[in-house]
Amino acid sequence: MDDILKEFLTESMEGLDLLDTKFVMLEQNPEDRDTLASIFRTIHTIKGTCGFLGFGHLEKLTHAGENLLSLLRDGKLQFSREIASALLNMLDAVRTMLGEVERTGGDGEEGYADLIETLHRLKDGGSAGPTPAPPAPAEPALPEPAAQAPELAPIPAADDFFLAAPTSATDSASPPADDIFLAPPPSKPNNLLPPLPPLTAASKGKTDSAATQPASSATTLPDNLIFFGDPTPPAAPAAAPSPEPAPAVAVKPPPTPEAAPAPSERPAPTTPASVGAPPTIAESSIRVDVPLLDKLMNLVGELVLARNQILEYSVLQENSPLLAASQRLNLITSELQEGIMRTRMQPINNIWAKFPRVVRDLSVSCGKQVRVDMEGKETELDKSLIEAMKDPLTHLIRNAIDHGVELPAIRQASGKPAEGCLSMRAYHEGGQVHIEIGDDGAGINPAKLRNKALEKGLISQERAAAMSDQDIRRLIFLPGFSTAEKITNISGRGVGMDVVKTNIEKIGGVIDLESELGRGTTFKIRIPLTLAIVPALIVTSGKQRFAIPQVNLLELIRVNEEQRVTAIEYVHSNPVYRLRGKLLPIVHLNRELALTTASTSGVINIVVLQAGQHQFGLVVDQINDTQEIVVKPLDKVLQDIPVFAGATIMGDGRVALILDVLGIAQQARILSDSHDPNLSAHSREGREREAERQTLLVVRSPGNGRLAIPLAPVSRLEEIELKYVESAGDVDVVQYRGQILPLIRLKDILSERRSFDRSPHSEDSNSTSNLLQVIVFGDGARRIGLVVDEILDIIQGVFEIKGRSTRSGVSSTLVIQDRVTELFDVQGFLRQAAPLLALAEEA
Amino acid sequence: MSEQRQLCTFFLDDRFFSIEVEKVQEVIRYQTITPVPLAPTVVCGLINLRGQIVTAIDLRRLLQVGERRDERLPINIVIQTRHSIFSLLVDRIGDVLEVDDECFEHPPDTLDGIARELIRGAYKLQGRLLLVLNVEKLFSPDILNRVAPTGVSRA
Repeated sequence: MDDILKEFLTESMEGLDLLDTKFVMLEQNPEDRDTLASIFRTIHTIKGTCGFLGFGHLEKLTHAGENLLSLLRDGKLQFSREIASALLNMLDAVRTMLGEVERTGGDGEEGYADLIETLHRLKDGGSAGPTPAPPAPAEPALPEPAAQAPELAPIPAADDFFLAAPTSATDSASPPADDIFLAPPPSKPNNLLPPLPPLTAASKGKTDSAATQPASSATTLPDNLIFFGDPTPPAAPAAAPSPEPAPAVAVKPPPTPEAAPAPSERPAPTTPASVGAPPTIAESSIRVDVPLLDKLMNLVGELVLARNQILEYSVLQENSPLLAASQRLNLITSELQEGIMRTRMQPINNIWAKFPRVVRDLSVSCGKQVRVDMEGKETELDKSLIEAMKDPLTHLIRNAIDHGVELPAIRQASGKPAEGCLSMRAYHEGGQVHIEIGDDGAGINPAKLRNKALEKGLISQERAAAMSDQDIRRLIFLPGFSTAEKITNISGRGVGMDVVKTNIEKIGGVIDLESELGRGTTFKIRIPLTLAIVPALIVTSGKQRFAIPQVNLLELIRVNEEQRVTAIEYVHSNPVYRLRGKLLPIVHLNRELALTTASTSGVINIVVLQAGQHQFGLVVDQINDTQEIVVKPLDKVLQDIPVFAGATIMGDGRVALILDVLGIAQQARILSDSHDPNLSAHSREGREREAERQTLLVVRSPGNGRLAIPLAPVSRLEEIELKYVESAGDVDVVQYRGQILPLIRLKDILSERRSFDRSPHSEDSNSTSNLLQVIVFGDGARRIGLVVDEILDIIQGVFEIKGRSTRSGVSSTLVIQDRVTELFDVQGFLRQAAPLLALAEEA
Repeated sequence: MSEQRQLCTFFLDDRFFSIEVEKVQEVIRYQTITPVPLAPTVVCGLINLRGQIVTAIDLRRLLQVGERRDERLPINIVIQTRHSIFSLLVDRIGDVLEVDDECFEHPPDTLDGIARELIRGAYKLQGRLLLVLNVEKLFSPDILNRVAPTGVSRA
């Protein structure tokens, strides 16, 4: 396809992407004139170009949008959600049509008449009048038109375009009145023609306009210039063909002169109002084909390997010129490698920028309110990885909004703010890129998951019982798994999470999740920086060579023969080493890898490594040297092995494995479930505390003491009038909810003698009422009631056992609210009462 | 009308196997192998193929026919699967043969276990049977992990 067309498409798509974000911003901040103006300009440009290139449908649609926008911009119309939606729909339609253009060269059959109608209607609804007050973007009365005269030749076509695009270039139906070009406000009505060339010149300005027409254009091109790629410094189109100061049209590598201006609508980077990016960046960037960069990366990788080989051999030669030259080669290669790597690195914001829009659309369609918090959007990733992450991240976000975040009403009912929060974090750590997508929604319910999995036959009963909650949660990564109640067209079909996992693993990454019922879910993704050339420490162990990324390396310790026996101490059979007062856990590499241990005597080499927040010492047989290595990913079948992060080719051509420090730490149990030990420590404590955290029912026990009964097994607390107590055999019973509820008095349980006497009150009961306080355990037909004298309080907290059991019926002694309180032995009680329960059943 | 196809043939002892020639990238002699600790048994290790790191799988271990008896070094058959590239270690390499689809037969029902999944069928040649291996299955992680599971726990 035409170069021009290609340019047009690329730039238009870029512009549209930016618009997505802007619209979302605008919705939150409808008064933001600058954003409105910039949106207007972008649409205007697209419209103009479409007209010029003969895309009637596109032109009509964008024209309608542009009209609406101009009213908004001038404050003649109020921004509303309806308008936002219509405009966003327009953007989508434009995208579709651009896709059509890419495929077929034409903008398709669809005229989007309805959409246009809507836009017109919105525009008229409440607007001050049909005539938009359009500031012709071409309004810039640029001085220096004369200077450009020679290059003007091709321009007339552009002229036409700018001046009368809607009416002349195509069969646009927009009435002349709408032609903002021809009806500019008072200031500069007819200066359109002359200024034009500089406009395009300036617009091409990416590369050199700034030099030629800075000040002038700056003053006369206020915010009327169309500006693509507002905030980010877009790679300007290859500036190669335009060495002359008057870039004009000839700029874009344009085969046909007149075609050039259309796509080359780069705004003068010098216009202050419209420019987000400083001109210097804009004008010094260049577009390069990604395959070319790939090729360069590969070549550099090979160069690094070759350099390693030369270094290795040159050191052996006693040839100092050779050595000097190879050192020089070394330096140059390192710098070259660094530079090339940076060309391919892009901030993750490139994909994240689109998400606010996605989140907005999704929230609206789900009837939820969700805001997005992004952290670390400048984190850089290799371009190919960024591309690969797009789909998985989108899916995770959809899932979070569709299934994670609850409806506002439900959220409020459970005490959460109505607006849910989707948090996205990205950061570099440990030689990897970490991406976290979290929501503060309902969390994943392991019980539900377990049942679903059993239902679907994905796991067996035994396995289900043996799996921990976390294992159960990980089941969502299985194909065909979905616990969504209803399948929406957004997600829930069960084909999502496993695809996400596969895609991430394809690029050598891993995904895991953390979830707390009622609090939310967070997905954590780690992607190695493959294609990376990293400095590493080469060690030998078990007669094999391994590489340890230097980023994890803290220090090296050498333990002499004499000290070797005492150096490593043991904490309950776990080896540790005392490093400057701190105990360093020790891991033997040979043991972890099941290698044959080569040396049993001699020095001990300890490599002190950092894995996340933990430090540990890795014992290896030999420490060789440091080298820069090219990280190559392992094949999928080997990726599961947690201790290896990849492989590399050494100077002698042999393959060496690269150790994954985090993986080794995990395997050696230095780390717990989660990767972040701080987190895990807290959560472990938290879990423990949660586990210990109990709700206790405190009652008065015979002798005016206190007894605490765990509330968990209690089903109800009842007050029963004495007169309803009957007897069945030698058991007190009462009719309760259609069943017969046997009653046992607390004092009967606690005393040595276990008889069920029928005396209605205990002798030391202070209660004179006729009401019995009954604590009901069990449910259905198997219920039993424990009669107590008085229920004092219900307390929640962490209780420490202070004393052991003092008598039967009591399991231990606590101190609650400064009083010694016995802890009731519920299990024992229920066991004893079993025959009574059976009695109740039969009755 | 029967189709002819070309098969790259090789031997394990005197068992005759083959793979579609389109899948075979190259055949090279034994390369130094770097073993991978904790990998599935069938994975011999990694080789350096002109700068590319390729995983080498021992067909003997895959089909569970016992260790190589003579001292000769195995040959590498470098194979392209849909997603990646592997090297298959075999005893000896044979010729590229053209066979007729008419002579093809599916494996007998008595064949079970791993072999059933890995062997697509057999061509009846003059005097011998030529077994055809299922390349995609050959290198699927499921199969590779299944054979003699190692100590590494997998979900």
